[in-house]
Amino acid sequence: MDKQKLLQMYYEMVLIRRVEERGAELYQAGKIGGFMHLYIGQEAVSTGLIAAREPRDRVITAYRDHGVALNCGISANEVMAELLGKITGMSKGKGGSMHMASVEKNMWGGHAIVGGHLPIAAGLALGDQYAGNDNITICMFGDGATNIGYFHEALNLSKIWNLRVLWVCENNQYGMGTAVERASAVDEIRQKADGYGMKSDRVDGMDVIKVYEAAQKAIQYVRETSQPYLLEAVTYRFRGHSMGDPERYRQQDEVKKWQENDPIGIFRAYLLKHQVATESELNALDDQAQADTDKAVEFAEASPEPGLEELFKDIYVD
Amino acid sequence: MARITMREAISQALMEEMDRDPAVFILGEEVGVWGGTYAVTKGFYDKYGPQRVKDTPIAENAILGAAIGAAMVGQRPIAELMTINFAFSAMDYVVNQAPKLRYMFGGQFKVPMVIRAVGGGGRQLGATHSQTPDAIFAHFPGLIVVSPGTPADAKGLLKSAIRSDDPVLFIEHATMYQVRGEVPEGEHLEPIGKSKIQRPGKDVTIVTYCKGLELSMKAADQLAKEGIEVEIVDLRTLRPLDMEPVLESFKKTNRAVVVEEGWKSYGVGAEVVSRMYEEAFDYADAPILRVAQKEVPLPYNRTLEQAALPQVPDIVAAVKEVLK
Ligand SMILES: Cc1ncc(C[n+]2csc(CCOP(=O)(O)OP(=O)(O)O)c2C)c(N)n1
Ligand SMILES: [Mg+2]
Repeated sequence: MDKQKLLQMYYEMVLIRRVEERGAELYQAGKIGGFMHLYIGQEAVSTGLIAAREPRDRVITAYRDHGVALNCGISANEVMAELLGKITGMSKGKGGSMHMASVEKNMWGGHAIVGGHLPIAAGLALGDQYAGNDNITICMFGDGATNIGYFHEALNLSKIWNLRVLWVCENNQYGMGTAVERASAVDEIRQKADGYGMKSDRVDGMDVIKVYEAAQKAIQYVRETSQPYLLEAVTYRFRGHSMGDPERYRQQDEVKKWQENDPIGIFRAYLLKHQVATESELNALDDQAQADTDKAVEFAEASPEPGLEELFKDIYVD
Repeated sequence: MARITMREAISQALMEEMDRDPAVFILGEEVGVWGGTYAVTKGFYDKYGPQRVKDTPIAENAILGAAIGAAMVGQRPIAELMTINFAFSAMDYVVNQAPKLRYMFGGQFKVPMVIRAVGGGGRQLGATHSQTPDAIFAHFPGLIVVSPGTPADAKGLLKSAIRSDDPVLFIEHATMYQVRGEVPEGEHLEPIGKSKIQRPGKDVTIVTYCKGLELSMKAADQLAKEGIEVEIVDLRTLRPLDMEPVLESFKKTNRAVVVEEGWKSYGVGAEVVSRMYEEAFDYADAPILRVAQKEVPLPYNRTLEQAALPQVPDIVAAVKEVLK
């Protein structure tokens, strides 16, 4: 990988972290409402994955979507504005934290019904197959989502119809407060592909390089064979499920142990060790991410609210 | 009587019924270790253990299907849907299985289960997580639909629902868990299928339930200051619908407003108003009005969301309109 690309990935991971830390503060200050699910700790997954796609490849994910949105190239300004419910957000303030999308960036949404977007992902791929192109659809979802019928129906369909979907399970060990082994018959999610005769892989989701390599391999397979593929990324969310989670279901020791495995720290060490970048180059990127986050907050705060007429817009195509 | 919150009242009802009848158990997402996403079952897991407070995978179809099956063989499951919006993911069980099994098999089966579901808007959760779709469920014969508006009714009706031999959908409102009210301690049963006068008055009848009751009570307080005495009839149960107190009140006041949080089209108000016209047309001194949610999916932005939801001033205005 060239240096430029690696540094871009590093910048994106730090940007996600900074944007979400500010988001958490703004939530606490009452400027963001509703449900907000932070991606902190999982940044390597979507960063590695999306770095491996071509722009024509589609991305769709669940409600834990700020990081995915930023990786897809939606600006921090728009992400922050949507969090604050402003008209300058990509969903005009009508979607909020859980509903970020951009057709231009080929990002087809954060979706808040667990598993609900998986059959839709199969549909995106069906649309591309019907059009005769070889775009692929990358569909991300949590471990918890693999226990609902939607997952199984969608995987099966993608296999029998040879749909180009890369299914990516972000196994962050919990669906809300329920540990994987309390909810899933198998604790390696990748095993679920076996029942559908689908290829699968399991990767360390804290290491962005490993995710990138696994994603590249998977994307190539899906594109060339026109077969779906299930990639499981093993990761951890450092924060609660959503803002206000009392976290009674896990020990702080466990959280601390994973935090020592910080994906940004791991990548930073990698870049230094392989002399891709110097400390000062990385510090400059840290500063850049901080400055871009500050600007995004300023932009969002200064942006107007949607006017009342927005209430009745976009219910139908006029 | 103690003054407790809606949350405590529901919690009390669940606990009392679990203590009374070993066939009663709870299943749902995050009901156990987490203590319920709205903290209604906090402490239950420690008290009753994982056999009676079952954390489930995220699988609404399996939750409701399994509850139905267990009910058919004599248990009394209480299945919790984290929000009523997820009932759409398992609609078949709510409207097509639970309410039909007894009838279709000639009365051989009973399905004594409760589906507790949290509904309502106002929390900035966006279009898929904020709905008040109560009317849809009330459409189906065979299902009982209850939605209380006070802590005392929540307790009394939930206890009756758990003892009911038929499937009950029990709808709570996400913004009402902190509402306080006097609630009788211990055994307190309210009858399912009975509407209730929550505030007596002589000038105008307001028919409402659940969140609409909270708003209507506030509107009535304001109107009282202007000398307008509103009588509020709380439906409490949407199916079977008890029109008696509604008609009685309307025959006295001759003017009425129906308040609901859901959409007006094909809604609870539509049903209530047509029954009023069918059965008491001659008593109307003014067209009956409906106050409901604007016909839009609910947006995230707080100002827009509040603009879409029915508010106290809307009710006040409607009451004044029917008095003209
Ligand atoms: C159909 C449905 N059921 C329940 C929920 C409530 N809910 C939202 S997120 C969540 C946990 C999902 O866990 P997982 O898939 O592992 O994703 P994670 O939050 O860990 O990223 C639940 C139960 C929902 N949104 N949709
Ligand atoms: Mg998870």
